[in-house]
Amino acid sequence: MLHFERWKIVMIVLLTLAGVLYTAPNFLSKDTLASIPTFLPHKQVNLGLDLRGGSYLLLQVETEGINKDRLQTQVNDIRRALRDEKVLYTGLGVKGEAVSVRITNPVDFAKAKKAIEGLANSVSGSLLSGSVGARDIAVATSGNLITVTNTDAAIQARSQSAIQQSMEIVRRRVDEMGTTEPVIQQQGTDRILVQVPGLDDPQRLIAILGQTAKMNFRLVDTSTTAQQALATHTIPAGSEVLYMTESPETPILIKRRVMVGGDSLTDAQPGFDSRNGEPVVNFHFDSTGGRIFGEVTRNNVGKPFAIVLDDKVISAPVIREAIVGGSGQISGNFTVQQANDLAILLRAGALPAPLKVLEQRTVGASLGADSIRSGVVASIIGSVAVLFFMVATYALFGVFANIALIINVFLIMGVLSLLQATLTLPGIAGIILTVGTAVDANVLIYERIREELKAGKTVIASLEAGYNHALAPIIDANVTHFISAAVLYELGSGPVRGFAVTLAIGVVTSVFTAVTVNRLIVATWVRRARPKTIVL
Amino acid sequence: MMRLKLVPADTKVPFVEYRHIAIGFSTLVVIAAIVVVILKGFNFGIDFKGGTVIEVETAEVADLTDLRTRLNKLDIGEVQLQRFGNDRDVLIRVGTSKTDVSADAGERVVKKVKAELGDSVTYRRIESVGPQVSGELIRAATLAVLVSVAAMFAYIWFRFEWQFGLGAVLSIVHDVMATILVFSLFQLEFNLTTIAALLTIVGYSMNDTVVVYDRMRENLRKYKKMDLGELIDLSLNETLSRTIMTSVTTLLALLSLFIFGGEVIRSFTFAMIFGILIGTYSSIYVAAPVLMAIGITREWGSGRLTRAKPNAGK
Repeated sequence: MLHFERWKIVMIVLLTLAGVLYTAPNFLSKDTLASIPTFLPHKQVNLGLDLRGGSYLLLQVETEGINKDRLQTQVNDIRRALRDEKVLYTGLGVKGEAVSVRITNPVDFAKAKKAIEGLANSVSGSLLSGSVGARDIAVATSGNLITVTNTDAAIQARSQSAIQQSMEIVRRRVDEMGTTEPVIQQQGTDRILVQVPGLDDPQRLIAILGQTAKMNFRLVDTSTTAQQALATHTIPAGSEVLYMTESPETPILIKRRVMVGGDSLTDAQPGFDSRNGEPVVNFHFDSTGGRIFGEVTRNNVGKPFAIVLDDKVISAPVIREAIVGGSGQISGNFTVQQANDLAILLRAGALPAPLKVLEQRTVGASLGADSIRSGVVASIIGSVAVLFFMVATYALFGVFANIALIINVFLIMGVLSLLQATLTLPGIAGIILTVGTAVDANVLIYERIREELKAGKTVIASLEAGYNHALAPIIDANVTHFISAAVLYELGSGPVRGFAVTLAIGVVTSVFTAVTVNRLIVATWVRRARPKTIVL
Repeated sequence: MMRLKLVPADTKVPFVEYRHIAIGFSTLVVIAAIVVVILKGFNFGIDFKGGTVIEVETAEVADLTDLRTRLNKLDIGEVQLQRFGNDRDVLIRVGTSKTDVSADAGERVVKKVKAELGDSVTYRRIESVGPQVSGELIRAATLAVLVSVAAMFAYIWFRFEWQFGLGAVLSIVHDVMATILVFSLFQLEFNLTTIAALLTIVGYSMNDTVVVYDRMRENLRKYKKMDLGELIDLSLNETLSRTIMTSVTTLLALLSLFIFGGEVIRSFTFAMIFGILIGTYSSIYVAAPVLMAIGITREWGSGRLTRAKPNAGK
């Protein structure tokens, strides 16, 4: 018990110093931190959103829409394929999760089936799902009916790529908003977690993330007016009625055919109209988009065209002259903020599927600051109470336990800083709880020593027996704590996970400090003081 | 120097003698928990029920009646208002709407409330959980409690014998049930942090139980002929001082959190304080008497230290 090999002592002292060193940056301001030498630790504890304030959003990628869109495309593909083969058919359309069509003439059936089967593609990105070479559609027949369903592999591959793409777009949009240190992660199969520290008001973020931002330029159908088409229920084929974004939401008749899509945009920046000073968005097409846009506008001078965003018409100006050079301007009675947001959306690109907010949690900076303050006050008072109690009960040995306990807190903070783990309010509670339970190991040892002394053993033998016999229950007790922390970590997110993290770190460090560090202190004391008796 | 002694040096409390009263009481607690939970259910927080919570701070002393009228006319479902901590902090709770069950209904509620209250208040906290997520959280939380109980059983079985494992699990179940009883009976808000508290209680209660069991194992080896009841009493008395000491230091830390840690984690700390008390009781009065009831094979006492070496010793 008394003997410590020199290298062990060196290790213990070094670990303790490292704990202090890694904790230290947390007490320094950013400026001081920047001025200290680079070989010293700089990392500060990562504060959770509940302490620093910020927004947490859990978004769901609505992939069903993708499959519906896909089915609609397949209807069109089948129509074209059958027309090319000059096959007569009836009842072509989407039925539930499939596309079905009846072939009128039995003679054509084999030809029709072959044509439809010819539409199949191999599933893209299937290397990962292990279904290399899988087809994206399955064709079934019964009587004169042909049914086309999408294979599971295809549906999966499509949603997977939609989620990947959505992540990318969300990241771009959040970055474009100029937020600091946002965290964007995939959760489960079809969810995206967005955490933005310091963001008090997530409404704007939600508004920006909530838009699909499918943008395109189309011609306005001037053969009749929207009001008339709606009144007589005769919307010209190839056109649809959309509404203007600004209120009152007047209807407008727009051709379905897209002139240029938003994917041809290379840049979009907010600006001001040089003539009337109104906020506008200046955009720029890539070369193909610019060429097509130039051509279409040249052929339609004097006619209006529409800028459509998510099936709403932002504006429908009249083409004064051919717009060549691939640049243009969108005006739509924007506020500065709206122009700004639209530019962000256009730059970041369209989402492949809509996003829904499943869960949002926002903590204001004032509450975060209050939580830090009350957490710190509770920690100090709780720790002092425990320290005082230990001295009152075990006198000098209480002081020894307390030294180990203080080192323990430094180690926890040091590990948190080093790992860049997130400290939350329940996490602070976890540290205080660890302070309360860490002394358990010392209590176990001291109580054991008391018993051994009472049994008449010598000081040295009692100390020896105390440390040796108490080790098994200490390990067992801490393993149980660690198990619950591990389960908690798996269960929780955010604040609860922070609690699990400090609890788990605390379990490991407290075994080290309460057993090893404490033993070193006691051993040193015994060697120096050579006590004949000890009072515990 | 004055020394604090919570437990006299030599206690001889006949714990085992009182075990019938204790077992009766504990059985009653478990039955009561089941009955009360069936009858009253839980006051689930938004984590498990879905809905929206908005904590606002008003400039003046909050006028709840005025706030209630303004929020009720928004047609966002059931609105509950509650003072939170001081008389300027108000907690606005909006349940999940029965008419709008879409995933992002909460988002619309937040928007409406913000439009109504505007900048007249400071928004300290906004939390909104959709019905889909809350359902998943309930399942995950239930699973977490079951998994941790199973893991504890496995660990104790591995370290001791199955009888000990069973005793430990019964004492954990008892602690969890007792905590649940209090939350259901007084309709305290039950949310994800309550589950965190429950799991911590499970860990703490096991900690206590393990220390007692460890001492029993040691005594079983030491006193081969001693009557089991006597032996349990001896072990409990020997570890009593430690049991009380650790409970006190843990409670000191938790009380400080409860009083000074702020409103946000008060129910979390309350659950843990209650759990520590009940956990201390159960490691004495549930974990040990269970062994009395099911008996232990005294393998350690007979010199057969492990099953792997059945002939060792004799």
